[in-house]
Amino acid sequence: MKKIFSITTVLLLCIGVWSCKKDDSEFLNVQPTAFLTTDQVFSDPSLALSVLADLYNRQADFSSLDNGWASFADFSESFPSENGSTYIVQRTGWPFDTWGLNWYDSYTYIREINLFLARDSASTAFGENLKKRFYAEGRFLRAAFYFEMVKRYGGVPLVTSTLDYDYKGDVSSLQLPRAKESDIYDFVISECEAIKNDFVDETSGILLPTSVKSRATKGAALAMEARAALYAGSIAKYGALRTPAVSLPGGEVGIDASKATGYYTIALRAAEEIISGQAGAYSLYNIGGNLSDNFAALFLDKTSPETIYMEDFKVGGRTHAFTTNDQPYSLSEEGGDAGRLDPSLNLAEQYEKLDNTYAPFATTDASGKRIVYDNQLDIFDGRDARLAGTILLPGGTFKGGTVDISAGTYLPDGTTNSTGVGKDGPVNGLEFRTQTGFYIRKYLDPTVGAGKRGTGSAVAFIRYRYAEVLLNAAEAAFELGQPDKAAMYMNQVRARAGLTIPLTPAQITFDRIVHERRVELAFEGHYFYDMKRWRLAHIVWNGTPTTLSDLKSNIGSATQHSTQPWGLWPYRYNGTSQWVYIETKPSLVTGSNRFQFGNYYTAIGSDVIGANPKIVRQPNQ
Amino acid sequence: MEVLFKYLFIVALITTIFSCKKDNYDPPSATLSGHLLYQGDTIHVERNAVHFQIYQYGFGRVGQISPDETFAQDGSYSALLFPGDYKITIPSGDGPFIWKQTASGTPDSLSVTVSGNQTADFEVTPYYMIRNAQIAAAGSNNITATCSLEKIINDANAKDVEYVALYVNNTQFVSGINNVVSASIAGADISDDNNVQLSVTVPSLVPAQNYVFARIGLKMVNVEDLIFSPLVKITF
Repeated sequence: MKKIFSITTVLLLCIGVWSCKKDDSEFLNVQPTAFLTTDQVFSDPSLALSVLADLYNRQADFSSLDNGWASFADFSESFPSENGSTYIVQRTGWPFDTWGLNWYDSYTYIREINLFLARDSASTAFGENLKKRFYAEGRFLRAAFYFEMVKRYGGVPLVTSTLDYDYKGDVSSLQLPRAKESDIYDFVISECEAIKNDFVDETSGILLPTSVKSRATKGAALAMEARAALYAGSIAKYGALRTPAVSLPGGEVGIDASKATGYYTIALRAAEEIISGQAGAYSLYNIGGNLSDNFAALFLDKTSPETIYMEDFKVGGRTHAFTTNDQPYSLSEEGGDAGRLDPSLNLAEQYEKLDNTYAPFATTDASGKRIVYDNQLDIFDGRDARLAGTILLPGGTFKGGTVDISAGTYLPDGTTNSTGVGKDGPVNGLEFRTQTGFYIRKYLDPTVGAGKRGTGSAVAFIRYRYAEVLLNAAEAAFELGQPDKAAMYMNQVRARAGLTIPLTPAQITFDRIVHERRVELAFEGHYFYDMKRWRLAHIVWNGTPTTLSDLKSNIGSATQHSTQPWGLWPYRYNGTSQWVYIETKPSLVTGSNRFQFGNYYTAIGSDVIGANPKIVRQPNQ
Repeated sequence: MEVLFKYLFIVALITTIFSCKKDNYDPPSATLSGHLLYQGDTIHVERNAVHFQIYQYGFGRVGQISPDETFAQDGSYSALLFPGDYKITIPSGDGPFIWKQTASGTPDSLSVTVSGNQTADFEVTPYYMIRNAQIAAAGSNNITATCSLEKIINDANAKDVEYVALYVNNTQFVSGINNVVSASIAGADISDDNNVQLSVTVPSLVPAQNYVFARIGLKMVNVEDLIFSPLVKITF
């Protein structure tokens, strides 16, 4: 008995020991199936790519197709034809915290990029080229995000490595002060410069071709560098000129005027690197045919040689509702879902005549009598092709159908009535139809199904394109006193729009540059930041209502004020097929834009400052 | 079962009554008010344009207790607060005046202990003062105004006059934005600072009214906010 007992004990012991070992390796240490470990992710290129894809997906844009139509709607460049959004034209200014990013999400994003960079460089499983490309892409996204931050806030804390809390109760080592505004711009510029040659093919190690547009490339890095340097240069120059009060003694806001030339030089150099083909062969989109159609197609054609960097979408994957929200009401694929973003007359009349002069649309003759047009589109004849390429005009066509825009009937005695109002309006307060007489054409997707909520549109949002690079080069050259070069670059963009009479170097003025960017880059998220960096915002949006004479005078002047969106309403003439036009301010427009000094830099929340007292407040607010 | 419900009902009732009492605080009742002053003269500003901030100390954090407040157009302000220690300040670069600064160039603050009703005035130094403003009706629909400009700050911070304007509105809120008619004279065209003259013709108002409000505003170069003369009601 005793023997059996001791044998059993030994056996049990053996089992116990061995089973322990067995459990340790196979039972207790089970690989989780719900998530992947860092080591797993950074040993497999496709897993690491999906981490990177998430970082790409979280880039910030001011106006963007997936930010909603309303992100294009403000600043009197358009009228919001949706009754829930009329506050945009009824407010008399913006709170100081408008246009901010979520501070916590922003630094979470930056931390995750920093983690990605650290893990990518620690990885031993990737080839040298792949590692290099991933690393450059991470740095590109980080620089791009700091660029978005500095545009909104000025200098922000510059975090370039992961910060970790030691749980000892003292957070002061994690509380970083704001960097100077110029430091952030310098960071963006130096990062772009450092990584520009690292965007290489994984296998061959040569630079990525220009057909890569939705991931960062050398072209994208240089375009960002040029834009950032241009912004910094103009803040330095025009901040000192127009708004010296918008600055902080520590330089967190405002850039010293002496730095302007240096930044403009960098902007011109970076832009010319792209223009000279060092990042690949980019060129203006020109497929021939109608110039307006060509301009509209530029935003629809994903293989356009003009596109440098874009946010792509795909039917069946990720689509957006821009076309659903903004398609013409009468041609809507989704019943009443349409027509929200109506470009204003303020913008439309900026498109100049083919002889390079500015003029309001001729609605009355010299004696004040209404001009009668045989065809609805006649009033827009002889204009910059970008007018009809950007804006769907009354009588214009989309997907083969003609939009039915008519405000009623105009009688010879000067009165109007509502006989013959079009399916597309304009009628005051009637949402989802145009209320200005115009619809948006840029980005509007003619693909069948693009206007349906369930399908959506896959049109890409172009973040950087070659025409902007040319305009950046033109502006930088102009500011550096090289008007010949400025004229040469600007004329290329203008020629594509049908303005074939070149501007002479003497005709290139600051106002010309402001104007050209406004018409070429309308609804691409530039106008607001351009007005800010030129310190024109408080002049253009000065809070005084826009009268008809304000609207029709000083067209093309950089300081023409534009505080309320106007419309241009077509009327059928006295029961005939002829048309007259009347400038009309939509009756819902009751507010007027007023941009205060305190709006130049978005307020940093009191909660953020309360948690980190080293962050200084913005000026003038 | 019925008994259980009865007890539950009583317990719920008691909980409700007591939790009500516990959750509610008295609303703030102490008033802090004051004016923008320069040597005893009130500084008149635009409504909703010049900000001040109230900070409270002591709860483990330093922070503003509410979003920015603004001065009324007669330069007054008021706030309802809980009794306690507060600091009030004007943000940098705001207002047609210089607010005192700390040595490091940030805005200084006033410490106020609020208990009961408290008055605290902001003593500021305006760039200019509008003196002897005379605004009167002339004829059936004209308004003429005269004033003199006193330049207060003459050192390196001095500002030039951008324009002087006479604003007229049909309500008591009168400024560059809220007006029915205005007239202005550019700073360069002012020959005599002691005799600035302006006049406007008041358009017919809808609905008709036989009175308007008017005041003179002075804009300085590179200063956002205007300084105004006191508001005048003019009856035709």
